[in-house]
Amino acid sequence: MGSTLAGKGSATPLTPNRPSLPFGRAVSSLRARPRIGDPLFKFTTGLFAVLIAGLAVLIMVSMALNSTLPFQKFGFGFLTRSIWDPVAGQFGALPFIYGTAVSSVIALLISVPISLGVAIFLVEKAPRALSNPILFIVQLLAAIPSVVFGLWGIFVLAPMLRNHVYPALQSSLGFLPLFKGNQNGLGLLTAGLILSIMVLPIITAVTTDVLRAVPGIQREAALALGSTKWEATLIVLQNAKSGISGAIILGLGRAIGETMAVTMVIGNRPQISASLFDPSFTIASAIANEFTEATTEIYLQSLIELGLILFLVTFVINMLARLLVWSVTRGEGRGGHA
Amino acid sequence: MRSLTRRKLLNNTMTVLTGLCSLFAVASLFFILGYIFLAGVRGLSLSFLVNSPKPIGEPNSGIANAIVGSVILITLGSLIGMPVGILGGIYLSEFGSNKFGLLLRFLIDTLTGTPSIIVGVFVWTVMVRPMGHFSALSGGVALGIMMMPIVARTTEEMIRLVPHSLREAGLALGAPRWRVTLGIVLRTAASGVATGAMLAIARIAGETAPLLFTALGLNYLSTNVLGQMASLPFQIYYYAQSPYEEWHDMAWAATLVLVTMILALNIAVRVLTRNRYQQA
Repeated sequence: MGSTLAGKGSATPLTPNRPSLPFGRAVSSLRARPRIGDPLFKFTTGLFAVLIAGLAVLIMVSMALNSTLPFQKFGFGFLTRSIWDPVAGQFGALPFIYGTAVSSVIALLISVPISLGVAIFLVEKAPRALSNPILFIVQLLAAIPSVVFGLWGIFVLAPMLRNHVYPALQSSLGFLPLFKGNQNGLGLLTAGLILSIMVLPIITAVTTDVLRAVPGIQREAALALGSTKWEATLIVLQNAKSGISGAIILGLGRAIGETMAVTMVIGNRPQISASLFDPSFTIASAIANEFTEATTEIYLQSLIELGLILFLVTFVINMLARLLVWSVTRGEGRGGHA
Repeated sequence: MRSLTRRKLLNNTMTVLTGLCSLFAVASLFFILGYIFLAGVRGLSLSFLVNSPKPIGEPNSGIANAIVGSVILITLGSLIGMPVGILGGIYLSEFGSNKFGLLLRFLIDTLTGTPSIIVGVFVWTVMVRPMGHFSALSGGVALGIMMMPIVARTTEEMIRLVPHSLREAGLALGAPRWRVTLGIVLRTAASGVATGAMLAIARIAGETAPLLFTALGLNYLSTNVLGQMASLPFQIYYYAQSPYEEWHDMAWAATLVLVTMILALNIAVRVLTRNRYQQA
């Protein structure tokens, strides 16, 4: 970048010829003044843009430097070890990876169909006068802080599930290992349900952007051939496929990194259990819960290493999602801010 | 080919189903907001807003420390995040239409999705650990970092909406590029940039995770930015985890205050942008 900046400033003529006429002076002073303002401006603003983008590298490096101890001791085996025993100094990431993966998958299983339904309704069915307010309301859902979802999860959702939904699930599907065991309302399934409400707005907003970016002529062509509106919609969906997958992956990234709400309802126990009613832990909730309580250096560094794993995974996921969404919207739209 | 009646039936069914999905999404927001209002309004009073927390059982306990703390933390975050975000956004819109700009934009968009807890851990490793103690300042840095990508991208989008003829007019008068950008383009886009900044504030005002290891919390009123500091989201988290009924009520009341503030910001942004950028 530095090479492109130097050009314009030094290219001004170096012969300051100063005629006595006032008019001439005005012109010459404009010419003679070396214009460093513009290159400097470009450089300064560029520096800040690079600084923001470079944060990704900074975060990665600082976390890697601060997690050397567990890496030396456990190596890549850290990822597959299922022991988490701070007292014995034994650490492994598997229970957290499991909890993160399962809660996120539950969240997506519920929120994807609903989000797609909302987006299809907003773009293909509802008039703009109706769809814009609905989209705004859905985005307000994204504005509610995570900790508020957590509070609501503890005192409203969890008791409701414990008293009504989970017993019914157990009596009808209790033969599956998924729905065995005690239920106190706090566990993997509850976390997944809270997450599904939390990622719904982002998937909806990005899918809406993507569907709106599909040219209207495709719908018209389908309708002109005699298809119903729904059949035309299917063709639109077909063409927006990659963008919609991007939206879903973006939602996955959010679900994986969501911290406060999950910490408050997942039960916080590092275990791998087949039952969705059992308490579990996600990477993010483990860090939130144990970081300030980590008494030994290796305990602390193991938590930072968990953080590094989380960062790398969400970074790759978000990157992939952006590429897919951009392939449809060509970098426009405001998906990122939903 | 299936019969026309069946195809029409399917079409109508899907209309109803997608409509129900929308209804569900809208209803869940109102259900949550309604509950927050009903549960929070009981504990809300003037003394709740102007007093600091008191021990369990004492009357007139409040969250003034958390309100003041949140204001200070958000101010710190804005002071750090906004200049960087706005300047970065200017670069992206004015000089970023090449491959390099595309790369930056891509990385910045990707950063928007970084879990907020990671930002907390990052700031802990680079600030809290070297300094040796938790501080509001590090909390402000964490919030500032969260704001940067959001502000940069909204600034960029708002500046892009400024018509090219304005830039050309400035350049034709002989003004250098930087003066055109700062004096004409940024000024024209100022209200848009401001609404973007409000949106960013609304986003970080409710963040708890980046504060867990930076500003932490504090049970009394403090304005010392080098010490621990309370904040509304942290106070809610703290009260929600406690076993006391009284504190749960306080958590709901504090939530009502926080959510009202955040929703007001979002709605204000909406109203402001609707008038100005009909298409945006």
